[in-house]
Amino acid sequence: MSAPRLKPARMWPADVVRVGGYGLRSRPMRVFLSALGIAIGIAAMVGVVGISTSSTNELDQQLSALGTNLLTVAPGQSLTDESVHLPATAVGMIAAMPGVETVSAVGRTDARVYRNDHIAAEQTGGIAVYAARTDLPAVVRSRVVTGGWLTAANVRYPAVVLGHAAANRLAVFQAGTDSLVWLGGRWFTVVGILAPSELVPDLDNSALVGWPVAEAELNFDGYPTTIYTRAQESAVTAVQPLLGPTANPANPGEVDVSRPSDALAAKQKTEKTLSGLLLGLGAVALLVGGVGVANTMVISVLERRSEIGLRRSLGATRGQIRTQFLSEALLLSLLGGVGGVVLGVGITAIFATYQHWVTVVPFWAMAGGVGATLVIGGLAGFYPAMRAARMPPTEALANA
Amino acid sequence: MTGPIVHLAGVSKRYGDVFALRAVDLLVERGELLAVVGPSGSGKSTMLNIMGTLDRPTSGTLRIDGHDVGGLGDRELSALRARTIGFVFQQFHLARGVPAIDIVADGLLYGGRPRGHRRDAAERALRRVGLGHRMLHRSHQLSGGEQQRVAIARAVLGDPPLLMADEPTGALDSRSGAVVMELLRELHGDGTTVVIITHERDIAASLPREVRLKDGRIERDTAAPRVAS
Repeated sequence: MSAPRLKPARMWPADVVRVGGYGLRSRPMRVFLSALGIAIGIAAMVGVVGISTSSTNELDQQLSALGTNLLTVAPGQSLTDESVHLPATAVGMIAAMPGVETVSAVGRTDARVYRNDHIAAEQTGGIAVYAARTDLPAVVRSRVVTGGWLTAANVRYPAVVLGHAAANRLAVFQAGTDSLVWLGGRWFTVVGILAPSELVPDLDNSALVGWPVAEAELNFDGYPTTIYTRAQESAVTAVQPLLGPTANPANPGEVDVSRPSDALAAKQKTEKTLSGLLLGLGAVALLVGGVGVANTMVISVLERRSEIGLRRSLGATRGQIRTQFLSEALLLSLLGGVGGVVLGVGITAIFATYQHWVTVVPFWAMAGGVGATLVIGGLAGFYPAMRAARMPPTEALANA
Repeated sequence: MTGPIVHLAGVSKRYGDVFALRAVDLLVERGELLAVVGPSGSGKSTMLNIMGTLDRPTSGTLRIDGHDVGGLGDRELSALRARTIGFVFQQFHLARGVPAIDIVADGLLYGGRPRGHRRDAAERALRRVGLGHRMLHRSHQLSGGEQQRVAIARAVLGDPPLLMADEPTGALDSRSGAVVMELLRELHGDGTTVVIITHERDIAASLPREVRLKDGRIERDTAAPRVAS
C-alpha cells in the first residue's frame, strides 16, 4: 500500500510571532527584568552616542559661528632667551598682506587691576591688563553683555572693558559711571563686560583699556603682544606660514603663529576618544544583558517541558520548537532594544536640554541599537532553543 | 484509505536492561474503540508513546495509517502526528490563562491553516464537546471535567482518524469521568478510532475491546480471535 508523502505544514509568520510572544505574556515580570538588562546596555550606548553627537554638533556650530579663519601672532622665544617683542609696524604689515581680511592687536601692560584701592598688591586674581585696539571685537567676534566696547571717544581716558571671568573676580556686574576698578594706581570706569569667548579664552581673564591711555598712564611700551587676524577662508593655509616673516622680517623665527580653532577641533577629538571608551562600557553592559536573556531562556525551556511535549504531540517539528524559542528570545531582546533606544534618546534629550544644546541622536545609533539587540537575542536564544528542540517528547510529557 | 490504522509487529522497547515492551503484536482496525489496560509498570505508557509516535521502538515494526514509522524522519513523523493522531492526557496540558477557544484552536496550529479558520473550527469543536457556553473562559476558570473536554476538543479539531487517550479520567471525579467517557464513545460513534490507556478495569471492561498488558506482554486481547480469523 502506498501512503501519501508526509510533509509538515509551514507555520504562518503571524503564528510564529504569536507563539513566540505567548511565553513572554505568561511571565511579564521576568520578561520585564531581562528586557531591562538589555535596555540598560542599549540606553548607555545610544546615550553616549547621542550626547557626544549633540556636543560635537554644538562645537561645530560654535566653530562655524566663531570662524576657523582666525589666526594669532605672538612673540616667541629668541635663541638667546632675551625678551623679544613684535615690531610696532607688524600690524600694518599684516594688514597689507593679500588674503588678510582684518587685523587687530592687544599689548600686554605691567599694570594690575583690583576691586578697590584697599586690596593687597599681590591679590591680582591673575587678571592681565591689555591695551586693545578699538577694532578688536570685529576680529575676534566677541560680544559685550553689558555696556559697550572701547571707542575712539574714550580710548584716551581711564575706561576699561572687562573679560567675563575678570568681571566676576572683580565683582563688577554692570557697566556704568559708578562701576569703578582700581587699575594701575588710579580709578578706571568699567564701560563694558565681554561675553565668554570660546575662541580666545585669554580675553576672558583680562582688562582691556585704550591704546593711548595705556601708553600715557600705564607705562605701556606700545608693542603688540598678540595680533589677531582674519584671513579669507580659502587663503588661511597660504597666509599662516607667511605671518611670521611679515610680522617680524628681521627674525621670523621669533614669532609664534597659531590658529585658535585648532584647539576646539582638538577638544572635539578628545571627546570622541572619551565617548569611544564609554561606548565600550555600554557594549559590556549590553553583553551582560544578553547573558541575562540567555539565562531567562534556559530556565524558560526547563520550566516548559510539558508545553514542549504537548506541542510535539500536536505535530510541531523540532524546527518549529526551535523557531518558537528563538523568536521568543528575539522578541524579548527587541523589547529591551526598543526600550533602550527610547531611554537613551530620553537621557540625551535631558542632558542636552540641560546644557542648552540641540538634541541630536544619529539614526544609525538607533538602528544599530535595535540591530545589536537582535544579534544578542539570536545568540542568547540559540542554545536554549536547540535544547528545547532536542528534548524528546516523551520526556517532556513525563515531567508534567 | 483502507487497512489497519495501527499495526505493531514484534515491537519491543528496552530502557537499558529493562524491557518495557516485549515483542508485542497488535492490530487496530479503523473505527475501533479499545482499552489498553494494566497495572502501573505493565508498559501501557510505553505502548501509548510508541503508538502515538512520540517514541520509537527498539525493535519491531510499527505502521500507523499505512506509514512505516521506522522509516520516517522527525519532520515526517511530526506531520503524521499533526494529521493522523490526536492526544488526550491525564493532566489536560492546557496553557494557563488562555481562553478555551484559543487553546482548542492550537490543535491545528501545526496544520498550516490560517488562524481565522482554526478559531472557527475550535468554536465547532467546543460546541461538539458541550462547551459552547465556555468559549472565552480561561483554562483555570473551568472545572476539571470541563478542562478535559477542552483538551478533547483540541485533540479532535483536525478530525484525526486516531485518538489516543492516556488515563483521560484519571484526574477527574466519577461524574466528570463519566461525561468524558460518554464523549469518547460519541467520537467513536462518529467514526474515530479511540484508544484509551487506563488502569481502571471497570472502564476497560465497558469497552468493546480490551487489551490487557502485564510485564510488557499482551496478557489478553478480547478481540484477538476476530483479528486472527
